[in-house]
Amino acid sequence: MSSSPLVQIRQTLADPGLQSAIYSSTGRLVEKRRQAISEGDPAEFERWREQAHQIKRHTLENLDYYLELLEKRLTARGVQVVWAKDGGEVADFILRLAREKNARLIVKSKSMTTEEINLTERLEEAGIEAVETDLGEYIVQLAGERPSHIVAPALHKTRYQIGDLFHERLGVERETVPEKQTLIARRTLREKFLAADIGITGANFLVAEAGLAVVVENEGNARLSSSLPRVHIVIAGIEKVIPRTADLAIFLKLLGRSATGQPLTVYTSLLGGPRRPGETDGPEEVHLVLLDNGRTRVLADRAKRQSLYCIRCGACLNHCPVYRKIGGHSYPWVYSGPIGAIITPQFHGILEQGWLPYASSLCGACAEVCPVKIDIPQILLDLRWETVKAKVREDTNRLERWAFGVWAWVMCRPRIYELASLMSSAITTSEGDGWLKSVPALFNLGPIRNWLSQRDLPPPPAKTFRQLWRERAGGGAR
Amino acid sequence: MSRDFILHRVRTAVGRRAAQAPAAPPEVELRVPELPLERRIAMFSAALEKLGGSTLVAASAEEARASAGRLLAGRRAVASNVPLLAELGLTALEGVQSGFSTALELRQALERADVGMTGADYALADTGSLVLLSSAFEPRLISLLPPIHLAVVSRDRLLTNLDELVKVLPDPAALTSALVIITGPSRTADIEQILVRGVHGPREVHVLLV
Ligand code: SF4
Repeated sequence: MSSSPLVQIRQTLADPGLQSAIYSSTGRLVEKRRQAISEGDPAEFERWREQAHQIKRHTLENLDYYLELLEKRLTARGVQVVWAKDGGEVADFILRLAREKNARLIVKSKSMTTEEINLTERLEEAGIEAVETDLGEYIVQLAGERPSHIVAPALHKTRYQIGDLFHERLGVERETVPEKQTLIARRTLREKFLAADIGITGANFLVAEAGLAVVVENEGNARLSSSLPRVHIVIAGIEKVIPRTADLAIFLKLLGRSATGQPLTVYTSLLGGPRRPGETDGPEEVHLVLLDNGRTRVLADRAKRQSLYCIRCGACLNHCPVYRKIGGHSYPWVYSGPIGAIITPQFHGILEQGWLPYASSLCGACAEVCPVKIDIPQILLDLRWETVKAKVREDTNRLERWAFGVWAWVMCRPRIYELASLMSSAITTSEGDGWLKSVPALFNLGPIRNWLSQRDLPPPPAKTFRQLWRERAGGGAR
Repeated sequence: MSRDFILHRVRTAVGRRAAQAPAAPPEVELRVPELPLERRIAMFSAALEKLGGSTLVAASAEEARASAGRLLAGRRAVASNVPLLAELGLTALEGVQSGFSTALELRQALERADVGMTGADYALADTGSLVLLSSAFEPRLISLLPPIHLAVVSRDRLLTNLDELVKVLPDPAALTSALVIITGPSRTADIEQILVRGVHGPREVHVLLV
């Protein structure tokens, strides 16, 4: 997580080039979506949204069942299913596999789930070359940055900056025409694909009943990653499961339209396992890693569980007046915009980035466009409420800690303890009608009054235990 | 073990017992309008054209050879081993290589080829999509590595839409290790949301309906 969001926000707002890059790109995405929906039947689109919401809800309410079913189906077709609690376990698994296969080069296709666990960095630290192959991701990786949008990772960059970047990092002529830049990337990356030992992709959906990993893309890099290398690893969050192949008919239509205004994205791969006897290509081994990394914690919260319905279409980012000003890099985690604002606090703890739920005017644009109908504004409100509660709890705790600190200090020092108990007897015995609350004004001050509003104690007796002891023992002790 | 740990956490979170059967999932409403073949062909070619692809319709094997021949015109092509291509005489056209049975040979030929020629198990009229099931006859890479993809589809395989496809194939993995739905040429808009075709896959897609 980056440290100071405010600095980044100020920088973004003060940079006119960046402002126009973000604003115009998100604007084009908004327009493409609107067009795609109005060309079809908008009422039907609404029906799909409602169905998608219900399917996600049903699946998550029975998630253990569908995960086990998926595992059973995939295992029967020769896929190894691996479960990972967090990014560390994913990296451990891949590194072990890479060592076993003597793998040096891994090609990766765009996946937010792997971004979430910093997989590329983890692999590179272990000495394995891991190349991002989606054009936008490749640009971002060359620049040493992180994606600023969940669908268009390099949305914050202009083609002139990309021309400079390619020139510096790849030693090619400075090219500013996107078509030529794309060709440069195609050539460079084709070499990598042909030499790669392992291909890693995410999955947009996992179909439990049919045992499928479904990958959606426009460029063809995910197809290459899952066809060329001998080993293919799919990494997906546990919330990606849907029950049946038929559900795809709803989700694929929603995803393409919401993300980029396409009725269907260019390539939709339904992957069912390693190559079969007689086939001349395709991976010899397929592994599916099912990642938790905080998802089960979100799942346990009934009201906010719907945050896990997200299909990462990016529509809420494009339509968000806040995202469109501050851009993706101002958000502390890889998930930005409204969806980032609701899942970051749930994954990382409510006080970690307490400002996030407030980074919204609650205009409701996100909920209006969300293809799975996540009630983002309501969740933002719930999170604000929880933030306040957590802060109050933290402040109270601080005071209590201080008070008990003083108490402990006193208790360790007999002389001071004696003095303190004498003092408390002296000031409370005057009216003693039973309970501490009703006595001296001293106790009715500030935090003490707050504390006593829920609690009460009998007043201290007129004589302390030590005084009585001394009297009985005839003043002998000490 | 992480598996049991995660499953336990999931069950606790949603309040379920192990092996408890869930209620039936909500119905999905699939809609497949009845459209005559001519109408579906018109829809298909309009949709594909919008994506930057083209559709050729051939009434006979001869017409198919003529259309494909014009498209190939001196280019190097690699064809898959689906029977349809050979039956139509397309694998015998000039410049076409086929019959590869090892990964290495196929890959090397594809690296040099301008055109990849494949069949398609289905096509979807309303989105202009091709549906390819990988098999011993139909490798994944022919429709992916060369810059031009020519797919030959028999017109009785032209379905109306995606809804019909999932009805026809509820369990694709029973038939193939990989099914791909191809909707137009490979593309990106990652640089300033400007459309560019032919990123990692082919920049041209042509469909020959026979
Ligand atoms: S929250 Fe909804 S609109 Fe936002 S990315 Fe997820 S699915 Fe798309």
